[in-house]
Amino acid sequence: MAKTIAEINEKIRQGQAVVVTAEEVIGLVAKKGVARAAREVDVVTTGTFSPMCGSGAFFNLGHSKPRIKVGGGRAYLNDVPAYTGIAAVDVFLGATAIPDDDPRNRVHPGPFNYGGGHVIEELVARRDVRLVVAAYGTDCYPRKRLETWINIKDLNEAVLFNMRNAYQNYNVAVNLSDKTIYTYMGELKPDLGNANYCSAGQLSPLLNDPYYKTIGIGTRIFLAGGIGYVAWHGTQHNPDVLRSPGGVPRRGAGTLAVIGDLKQMNPRWLAGTSMLGYGCTITVGIGIPIPILSEEILRYTAVKDEEIFAPIVDYAEAYPQRSPDILGEVSYGELKGGRISVQGKEVLTASLSSYPRAVEIANMLKDWIIKGEFLLTEPVVPLPGVEAGITFKPLKERPIEE
Amino acid sequence: MAISKRVVLHFPPRLVEQPIIYQLVKDYNLVLNILKASVTPKEEGLMVLELSGAREDYDRGIQYLQETGVRIQSLGQNVMRNDARCTHCGACVVICPTGALALDPKTRMVNFYEDRCTACELCVLPCPPRAMEVHF
Repeated sequence: MAKTIAEINEKIRQGQAVVVTAEEVIGLVAKKGVARAAREVDVVTTGTFSPMCGSGAFFNLGHSKPRIKVGGGRAYLNDVPAYTGIAAVDVFLGATAIPDDDPRNRVHPGPFNYGGGHVIEELVARRDVRLVVAAYGTDCYPRKRLETWINIKDLNEAVLFNMRNAYQNYNVAVNLSDKTIYTYMGELKPDLGNANYCSAGQLSPLLNDPYYKTIGIGTRIFLAGGIGYVAWHGTQHNPDVLRSPGGVPRRGAGTLAVIGDLKQMNPRWLAGTSMLGYGCTITVGIGIPIPILSEEILRYTAVKDEEIFAPIVDYAEAYPQRSPDILGEVSYGELKGGRISVQGKEVLTASLSSYPRAVEIANMLKDWIIKGEFLLTEPVVPLPGVEAGITFKPLKERPIEE
Repeated sequence: MAISKRVVLHFPPRLVEQPIIYQLVKDYNLVLNILKASVTPKEEGLMVLELSGAREDYDRGIQYLQETGVRIQSLGQNVMRNDARCTHCGACVVICPTGALALDPKTRMVNFYEDRCTACELCVLPCPPRAMEVHF
């Protein structure tokens, strides 16, 4: 039955491609079996909508008259500092950047109301943003101060470039201590007060392609409402972890670096986010199509929440101290049931990843493909797989002696 | 003149073991209807009451509560959801003490049942996209 991406694209162009979401394919396989479903289905669409701190954007501001060398100076967008250590009028704004005068955790837990993620959301929403620059001045770039409104439509380039997104599985966070803690996994109440998880599970892109057989460098994707591409494997990409017999990682594993034109994107899919007591970030919507090139690939996409397991980690002690201890494993089926059992205690669960929005993304991508507006790409290079020999290295500290 | 008001009372841990509500009835002649109560020894207690009685008794009762250190919120204060910002992630459902924010198991959307909301505001800051807003 082996199909090629070129054949699938031909069917998409003719409006004949059969496209289902990674949720719909589960029922289809249950009804028709793998062999028949693999013959009938051309593309399975995935989706995820989660806070993803490894995100940020590059902007080319355009040259002022007289010119100013922002590079090497200081630049602020709505008071949030941007990175300027690149070309004269290029800056990078990271999702977790916060204003210099943000109170941070001085009064704990700090609210972290506004940061880089929020600025990116405002730019994408076509709202004006205040740019303030202090530069040192050169012969060819004499100006030292700049204060102006900018709008995304006037920028030469606005490019979302996220170095780590779409984590293939993630920890379930709990708190074994006797005090509430505030983490990037949300507010965790004392004595196993709640268990927070963050994955779309059966709809999540890399959980549907566990061995990166179709998703690789150059894969065209849905990125925050626009079209983007997989640029590289993400930072901390760590394929060689404990896996289930079906191949699905039982720990955080692969990640993606993604890139796309911010001007095409929509604030519905790129939302400034505040994690109480932790910091600012951005919630990103990503959808990836999986071409059904073989029965094996179809079987991977039919994975369901009950078959995907995540480790339960104590964020009061084990996580901050980098202890490898886990408190057990739990399936996304159980997590989505609203309560799990940890150390014999019934614990209520909450998600930080929006499943309804993941469904919406998978459906939007499905519609784009059905309408012939989105063609699949052949990866240029596959992502490093289990065999790549990648190890996830901790920081080895070496004392600096004067 | 008789009045009837709904209030939210926050008891600091040190007051949880004192018979404060009893005093309201005995010394201030107030009729009370407990709409919600969550009181655990050594933790902050939360109580939503409908208090009825003579205006003068009500004012004195509220003054008594304030003097003991109970924090009082009027239910005229409303928590509302900004539906344009809510992403339906579900982070709030384990924060909300009254079940006013709850997941629909079928759609996995977060429903906001305003009639169950006691305006305790616990959901406001932990909401990642900050969709829960306090209106006065």
